[in-house]
Amino acid sequence: MICDWGGSVLKQAITNLGSRTLDALWTVGLAMRFFVTVLLHSGMAFRRFGLTIRELYFTGVLSLIVILVSGLFVGMVLGLQGYETLQTYGAEESLGIVVALSLVRELGPVVAALLFASRAGSAITAEIGLMKATEQLSAMEMMAVDPLARVVAPRFWAGVISMPLLAALFSAMGVFGGYLVGVQLIGIDEGAFWSQMQNAVDFERDVLNGVIKSVVFGIAVTAIALFEGYDAPPTAEGVAGATTRTVVTSSLVVLALDFVLTAFMFRGIG
Amino acid sequence: MQNDNLIEIEQLAFGYGTRSILKNINLTAKRGQVVAIMGSSGCGKTTLLRLIGGQLKANQGVVRVADESVGDLDRDGLCRLRRKMGMLFQFGALFTDMTVFDNVAFQLREHTDLPEDAIRDLVLMKLHAVGLRGAAQLMPAELSGGMARRVALARAIALDPMLVLYDEPFAGLDPISLGVTGNLIRRLTDTLGLTSVVVTHDIHESLKIVDYIYFISEGVIVAEGTADEIRASGLPFVHQFVHGEADGPVPFHYPAPPYADDLRLGGQRA
Repeated sequence: MICDWGGSVLKQAITNLGSRTLDALWTVGLAMRFFVTVLLHSGMAFRRFGLTIRELYFTGVLSLIVILVSGLFVGMVLGLQGYETLQTYGAEESLGIVVALSLVRELGPVVAALLFASRAGSAITAEIGLMKATEQLSAMEMMAVDPLARVVAPRFWAGVISMPLLAALFSAMGVFGGYLVGVQLIGIDEGAFWSQMQNAVDFERDVLNGVIKSVVFGIAVTAIALFEGYDAPPTAEGVAGATTRTVVTSSLVVLALDFVLTAFMFRGIG
Repeated sequence: MQNDNLIEIEQLAFGYGTRSILKNINLTAKRGQVVAIMGSSGCGKTTLLRLIGGQLKANQGVVRVADESVGDLDRDGLCRLRRKMGMLFQFGALFTDMTVFDNVAFQLREHTDLPEDAIRDLVLMKLHAVGLRGAAQLMPAELSGGMARRVALARAIALDPMLVLYDEPFAGLDPISLGVTGNLIRRLTDTLGLTSVVVTHDIHESLKIVDYIYFISEGVIVAEGTADEIRASGLPFVHQFVHGEADGPVPFHYPAPPYADDLRLGGQRA
């Protein structure tokens, strides 16, 4: 009897696991198809670039405050923590290198992408989801205007363009924060701080790789946000769930992609 | 020679998977007429409207609009047909990020190369027709339900379509807005030479303005006729619907086991 009960529970568990795996695969497949369709419908986003510029304002310009303030604080913390460690080895004048490399290679693209997912990504999902729930997308379709070309593609390209710019501003503010703490507060030599940074940071290896990372994160976060909004059940609960999924999924995807990209860029894997 | 019937539906069947929604639907709408599709909530009325607009494809049968089989049209053909159609959604589906003026101008800007001066004049004329010229610069959030419906109507007729589809245009309106909306549908149909298909369950308002009525129940057409024929009809379903009776062919109770069994009054009580 107990054996029968145990068997049926196990069977149920395997069935649930299989069903969830299939659902997840379906979602990934749908997301990929959606992504390709958006790329194919991107003509209008460039022909009528005003549409993309408008979205650049909402996704990029309105994210500036959170990006700049966070960058400043992250840089200041790096200055404090870096100084604490470096002074042990008498290398506190290398603080500029530590701050700049940490920001340009890793923290700039990654933290900016996480903040972008929380601020702009969630807003994109909620907006598209509500447009769907209130039949605005259906209305557009019935007016012979393709919502993928008119609504989705401009938002996608605005996200892809604004992400590396935001990451660059984050890094710049971070370096300034490190300078404030290291040079102005602690009193490290200003010339050493800047010259060591200038010598150690390589444009191609560090800056360009950081930009490539942020472009990839921009594509991932914006595509996830748009897909979740477009795929959201047209109810209040559905839109709320989609918004949460955008932040959670895109954060995880950013961190996972960061590992893969770092492995290829800085360890020569492949 | 031009066909008198703008819409012809023959032997139409539609369902999702094994769930049948519409069966054996035969319907015609003559040019210049207001045709109502009526029935209780969830009977498939809106589905029928979406089949006419090409948002859904029939499983069987044919939907012809202006002699074109909607189900056989490719993407471009469907877009071409939709430019000659307008649709009023249940709650207006106005674009919430645009003013009333921009909502009405939307199709003119998307589908024509008219100069902004001409668009301005056309939009104000359409808004004047629905009595809302003075509300041109308001945002949709500032409109009452009735006003939003009228703006949506102005938007639906922006390109002077041959056919306007109305999805529950009277839902949730106060008696004054209800009368205004009903009169507008009739007046615009007559003055602009449109054909109107109204999906509704508001029998009293509809009987005042429509030329022909189809009743749908459980996915099939159970009655049809002019307003006078419907008023005089002896069919039990039509009688129940026209007089708003709680019980009849549409039962008050959802199917359930016998009441006494559910309350365990059959001698099984402990």
